[in-house]
Amino acid sequence: MQKILIIGATSAIAEATARRYASRGARLYLVARNAQRLQDMQADLLVRGAKSVQTSILDVNDIASHEGMLQNAWALFGNIDVALIAHGTLPDQEACTQSVTTAGHEFSTNAGSTIALLIPIANRMQAARRGTIAVISSVAGDRGRASNYLYGASKAAVSTFLSGLRQSLFKDGVGVLTIKPGFVDTPMTQGFKKGALWATPNAVAKGIVRAIDRNKSVVYLPWFWQGIMLVIRTIPEFLFRRIRL
Amino acid sequence: MSKAGQSWGRYPHTTQQILAVADRHRSLQTNNAPCLPYGNGRSYGDSCLNDGGVLLHTRTLDRFIAFDPATGIVRCEAGVLFAEILDISVPQGWFLPVTPGTRYVTVGGAIANDVHGKNHHRAGTIGHYVEELELLRTDGQRLRCSDKQNADWFAATVGGLGLTGLITWATLQLRRIKGPWLIVENHRLHNLADFFSLSAESDRDYEYTVAWVDCAAKGTKLGRGLLSRANHAPACPDKQPHKPSRRLRVPIAPPMSLVNPLSLRVFNSFYYHRQRKNIVHTVSHYEPFFYPLDAIGDWNRLYGPRGFLQYQCVVPLDTANETILELLRIISCHGEGSFLAVLKQFGARPSIGLLSFARPGVTLALDFPHRGKSTFNLLDQLDRVVTAAQGAVYPAKDAHMSGQSFRQYFPRWDVFRTFIDPGFSSSFWRRVME
Repeated sequence: MQKILIIGATSAIAEATARRYASRGARLYLVARNAQRLQDMQADLLVRGAKSVQTSILDVNDIASHEGMLQNAWALFGNIDVALIAHGTLPDQEACTQSVTTAGHEFSTNAGSTIALLIPIANRMQAARRGTIAVISSVAGDRGRASNYLYGASKAAVSTFLSGLRQSLFKDGVGVLTIKPGFVDTPMTQGFKKGALWATPNAVAKGIVRAIDRNKSVVYLPWFWQGIMLVIRTIPEFLFRRIRL
Repeated sequence: MSKAGQSWGRYPHTTQQILAVADRHRSLQTNNAPCLPYGNGRSYGDSCLNDGGVLLHTRTLDRFIAFDPATGIVRCEAGVLFAEILDISVPQGWFLPVTPGTRYVTVGGAIANDVHGKNHHRAGTIGHYVEELELLRTDGQRLRCSDKQNADWFAATVGGLGLTGLITWATLQLRRIKGPWLIVENHRLHNLADFFSLSAESDRDYEYTVAWVDCAAKGTKLGRGLLSRANHAPACPDKQPHKPSRRLRVPIAPPMSLVNPLSLRVFNSFYYHRQRKNIVHTVSHYEPFFYPLDAIGDWNRLYGPRGFLQYQCVVPLDTANETILELLRIISCHGEGSFLAVLKQFGARPSIGLLSFARPGVTLALDFPHRGKSTFNLLDQLDRVVTAAQGAVYPAKDAHMSGQSFRQYFPRWDVFRTFIDPGFSSSFWRRVME
């Protein structure tokens, strides 16, 4: 029976992923800010077949409280098979350009807090010589674009950190998965007009679980984003700077 | 599934603002425009539409709250699909007490239309199995409703077309089963008289009965079809686990309806002659038995960009033979007939809702490609027969009946009206109140 830790558990993609693990009879440890939503999710996942569901209230930007939460999770489960880090915000690029404070805060939420969580989780898994760390990064981290480069930069930091972590943990048998979703129809993207490129949280969750099961390193979800991002990455800078994306 | 803000018949075309309801603990945000809850968009006509207003999308309210495998009582948010309930309940020996012909309806939508199924003659409608529900009104009030508590609100909300407020969660009593299999018998019907004799006999010994009628047939063949009757099977340990067949999907709406007099005649005839023997016995998994059309995703697109109109009526039993014959004759003459006409005898159990459709009698359901005026003329003609016979037409499938017909079919509309949330309305309601 798998033991799963999910940070940012009430995000739409994380919830859909949690349901897939619940239907396998997994044990889940859910971490998020909102107590009521955690409670609702707990009840739901138990009905959907989870063996047990524990919850923990945490603001990821409160880095001092990370260690207590992790100690609790490992004490309860003994070890963790999958740690999924799914929290994040989609900052308003304009607001980040106006205020250094906002930019810094958003960068810590999306990159700083994630890296702060990754270090102690990686150390525990390394000591146990087992487990998979999966982190929701973004296609936005593949290249900075005018519309959201603060978000892109924070996701790039996460992706690059994960790439190094993967190399470093390989010999210990710990898997590190970088998840790069494209456009996903979630509350985070409520204000956007949806088109053919948009995916559901459920479809992305399916891809996440499959990538974890197959011990993948990097996964674009849905798959076609790998091609799109390949094109975007190869556009030479003298051209790229002239286009709006 | 269906496109945001569209009904399953893809007619009429309306525009409305979409607001997702993701948190059942929060009050409703209405933007000061009339609201209507919208589940999975499986109502056929305009009862799930709200032109110029707001649709409160409830598929985001999709959490289970509790399920007790010992008692079969499930409590969940209103946006949970019947399919999701089956996924968790069938392996634990529980089945839906009542199910319509698709499992892609939400719990809230099923209650708001007080849906029925092939077991109506025994079980009644879904409203009979709602232990309790919570109704959230635009003024922030929350009412817990059951047949004991706020019973008047309960009777208004069951079958209330979503107009009394938002159902946030509901508790359902499921039905015990030994496994996912059914023992099925398919009988050939040579004409309508066959249906009436066999249906009455079958209702005594079979939990599920339904008939499909070839409505392209004429003359003495009028009313020929297949009657299928079934009971839940005892455990079948030797049966292979059911492998869901690869789900087909209609990828796009063709520029014109693929359902036309020629394809109808061919399909209906094929369907009838597919079974050569008079009686065929099979053991069937519940999915193909209850939900044959769910195997083809977006099948409603086959009717092309103009969509289609469903028509389901119920007529009193004592004159049913003549009335159904007359309806079939009109349809057959009109030549626009439907893929498969469904016939079913309803039982005597009175429905709970003020606007519930199911009542004692015989029900006939058909769909017609939307061809504009000629289709509406046909529906008017059918309506006249149903009105004269003191029958009724099902709002969940309707996009055309007149206000006058509606008020005759649902005489308690006047009482119902006092329970409508002042912030709620629908295209259907405005149409029949004109």
